[in-house]
Amino acid sequence: MLVAAILKKDGEVDMVTLGLIINPIAGVGGRAGLKGSDGEDIQKLALARGGTLEAGAKAEVALAELADLKGEICFLARPGAMGGDVLEKLGFSYQAIEGSFESARMPRSDGAVDSPPAKSSDSAADLQSGAGAATSAEDTVEAALQMASAGVDLLVFAGGDGTARDIYRAVGLSVPCVGIPAGVKIHSAVYANNPKSAGQVIRRFCANPTTASMVESEVMDLDEDLVRQNIVEAKLHGYLTVPRMQNLMQQAKASARFSAHDIEGIAAEIADLMQAKAESTVYIFGTGGTTYKVMEHLGLQGSLLGVDVVAQDGRRRIVLADASETELYECVKDAGEVVLIVTAIGGQGHIFGRGNQQISPRVIRLVERDNLWIVSAAEKIYGLENNTLHVDTSDPELDRELSGYRKVITGWQERIVCKVEA
Amino acid sequence: MDQDYKKLLRNFHQARWDEPIIFEMSTPGERGVLVPAASAEVQEAIGDEAAIIPESLRRKAKPALPEVGQMRVNRHYMRLSQQTLGNDVSVDIGQGTCTMKYSPKVQEHLVRSNPDIADIHPLQDESTMQGLLQIYHETEKYMKEISGMDAFSFQPGGGAHAIYANALIVRNYFKDKGEDRDEIVTTIFSHPADAGAPATCGFKVVDLMQDNELGYPTLEAFKEALSEKTAAVFITNPEDTGIFNPRIAEYVQAAHDVGALAVYDQANVNGIMGITRAKEAGFDLIHYNLHKTFSSPHGGMGPGVGALGATKELEPYLPVPQVKFDGEKYYLDCGLEKTVGKVRAFFGNAAILVRVYMWIRSLGPEGIREAALCSVLNNQYTVKKVSAIPGVTMYYADGIRRIEQCRYSWEQLKEDTGLGTEDVTRRLVDYGMEHYWQSHHPHIVPEPFTLEPTESYSKKDLDEFIAVLQQISWEAYNDPDIIRTAPHNAPVHGIKNYYETDPEKIMCSWRQYLKKTAK
Repeated sequence: MLVAAILKKDGEVDMVTLGLIINPIAGVGGRAGLKGSDGEDIQKLALARGGTLEAGAKAEVALAELADLKGEICFLARPGAMGGDVLEKLGFSYQAIEGSFESARMPRSDGAVDSPPAKSSDSAADLQSGAGAATSAEDTVEAALQMASAGVDLLVFAGGDGTARDIYRAVGLSVPCVGIPAGVKIHSAVYANNPKSAGQVIRRFCANPTTASMVESEVMDLDEDLVRQNIVEAKLHGYLTVPRMQNLMQQAKASARFSAHDIEGIAAEIADLMQAKAESTVYIFGTGGTTYKVMEHLGLQGSLLGVDVVAQDGRRRIVLADASETELYECVKDAGEVVLIVTAIGGQGHIFGRGNQQISPRVIRLVERDNLWIVSAAEKIYGLENNTLHVDTSDPELDRELSGYRKVITGWQERIVCKVEA
Repeated sequence: MDQDYKKLLRNFHQARWDEPIIFEMSTPGERGVLVPAASAEVQEAIGDEAAIIPESLRRKAKPALPEVGQMRVNRHYMRLSQQTLGNDVSVDIGQGTCTMKYSPKVQEHLVRSNPDIADIHPLQDESTMQGLLQIYHETEKYMKEISGMDAFSFQPGGGAHAIYANALIVRNYFKDKGEDRDEIVTTIFSHPADAGAPATCGFKVVDLMQDNELGYPTLEAFKEALSEKTAAVFITNPEDTGIFNPRIAEYVQAAHDVGALAVYDQANVNGIMGITRAKEAGFDLIHYNLHKTFSSPHGGMGPGVGALGATKELEPYLPVPQVKFDGEKYYLDCGLEKTVGKVRAFFGNAAILVRVYMWIRSLGPEGIREAALCSVLNNQYTVKKVSAIPGVTMYYADGIRRIEQCRYSWEQLKEDTGLGTEDVTRRLVDYGMEHYWQSHHPHIVPEPFTLEPTESYSKKDLDEFIAVLQQISWEAYNDPDIIRTAPHNAPVHGIKNYYETDPEKIMCSWRQYLKKTAK
């Protein structure tokens, strides 16, 4: 299992090592109109309805972009549909790694918040697909773990939002990743815009593997069962480290090539604003990478996917970590002044109702208009559809009150005016 | 070897000299000029020449300059000049937002060789440079007429410098009024300096995104950004996209309604000069870039002039010196009571004022208006042709005409072929066209490129440039490898799309190069 390390020994062969994981079943539900491919029953139904397995073909389009780098890169992959087939077809040499699972396991339990490292649910299922050996989320997780411990420079995976969640559960932020979009649902910002772009991202990364600029991007997923009932509810499940590439990655539609806006600037602005507030004020920090990083700059260890409450009477500290709705409400309801700091989640730009349902309507109503501080890197705002942020608090009246134009904090002494809509 | 007149494409190939950097050409002891020793008479008068420079200011070691003979130096720079493209050798409509136009050579001759201009020392007595001061004074009159503003300063050395000077005026104005206003409002498609220069001056920046149907922010969003903290709005119109906001007067009024000033970045006024004026839209401060719109050559970061115009109320804040006329003679006035002070040495880039004066005098009011109309006409033709090229799209304001320039997108091409704007611009030079301007920061329009066919270009020039873009689009769909490996006919081949962000690898000088590559 130390293949990559061996290849790199003593710098004799200075190759870039790529791990490749294809989720062969990804996307099968798309053409079948099933809004996703999670779950064994759905996968069977999809195949019965004439769904086709296209993830391999999409990975092939991406990797064809690397055809002339054969001497400079090497792959780690499972044999067969999870990677080996495509690599063989394109003539790439690769080191095969074997898995310990013989058949499919573990459909995801949707709605649960994933947390790295891998935790598997226990439901088991077999899938007989027409594409050789059946694979499961468990295979993805195991392969990703093996590749991470082999020290791959970049983990390339083809799939959808579910696959991204599996990768996140396996490796968290520890390994640079690039997603080749092949699934039905692509809400995660860890995917390139299309397979060809994915190939170009990998290519650029390979040119500069140690110094490539990286960014932590959202792993999002919809609850497919709800979507099939036409209820769209995207949840934030975690973050992966992906290359920062203009125009090639999802939500990176607007280039940030020359952007100096950064989290440090936002944190400095928040610190300034907090300085101007009364000591008794309490601060609710919402979920997401931006608020997490801002807290880090303020010297606070927040929870990435949770809501934290901060006080600064005396010294600045977290008084309630990873709060539930009830805990949160009880904690702040009697405070003199409540400031709520939230960020937009992913390309959809939700500030309420996605990944932060703990911040409920009754909590939001405790916050005065000027005390709602929306923070976001400018590049994220540029990538929003119609430059619009969204609220979905489940309280239509409150959604209406929150709608209109808002100033979003994008840096130190910098704001962008954004439209907020229900 | 001739141009293919059917396709309009040239069989172009540029010189490739494989020329080293001049530092690498150094031979110890070689000299370009042998300076003669001072005569006995001079020697006697100055004594020990080394002693003229105080000990504390003297170098300990000689400067590490390259030692190269005159002929080799001459050859070196001639070769480099053959390896460049620019406004005088190629059709430069690709430099959108830069307003590249023909600067008549007679202007250059006068500026370089007329002793009344070329030999003037900024410290000589005013009475001995009345002609130059008159040029300043009359050019100011023309600028006042074109803009409707009440007074101008020609001190700032460029556009961003003028914006900074305007921000200083805004700051001092509210300080005098005793109002605590520390925010400025700008739009995402205004020039980035409209945010950057006021920020450097200490202002907080509130930026407005475009409405996709209008192409510029809605009045509603604009009003939302304004408050009792707003000191000024700094905006461009038409914006970078070439889209003009016809309701600009209402936006200015909204700023005035909250007590803020309105500052108009008219660096590029080419499409509307002689047609609309800043005064009628209600602006308090403006600037023109004389080194583009008004025909002084533009590029290489200078020299330039950001002509700063103000209303009567703000005139006392203008930088000094001002050129004034007392009925008999012209003089430099440093006495403005509330001036923001000096923003540049002496009285700015005088040579540019001379060129601008000549240009305005040769065109006259009708000619200036006609230049604007021609530039707009050229742009309509270009938009029509370029937007029909496979792979090209235009963003925002569907069906609305662009004024003097247009920001296009190769997003479709990228999606179809994997080749984007950087690939196209690399291939452009193979057809004798300078790389084009993509976009100011940030790249909101994906895979952007911006074309600005000013009045100087003939229909044939436009057709040639458009034919090149058509050809490259065809290649992207049918022969993509030729683009991937481009350029082929330029001094440097097969340039990669490559951005270095590691400070350790960025080398801006020979000295840095030596330091950073030393093992």
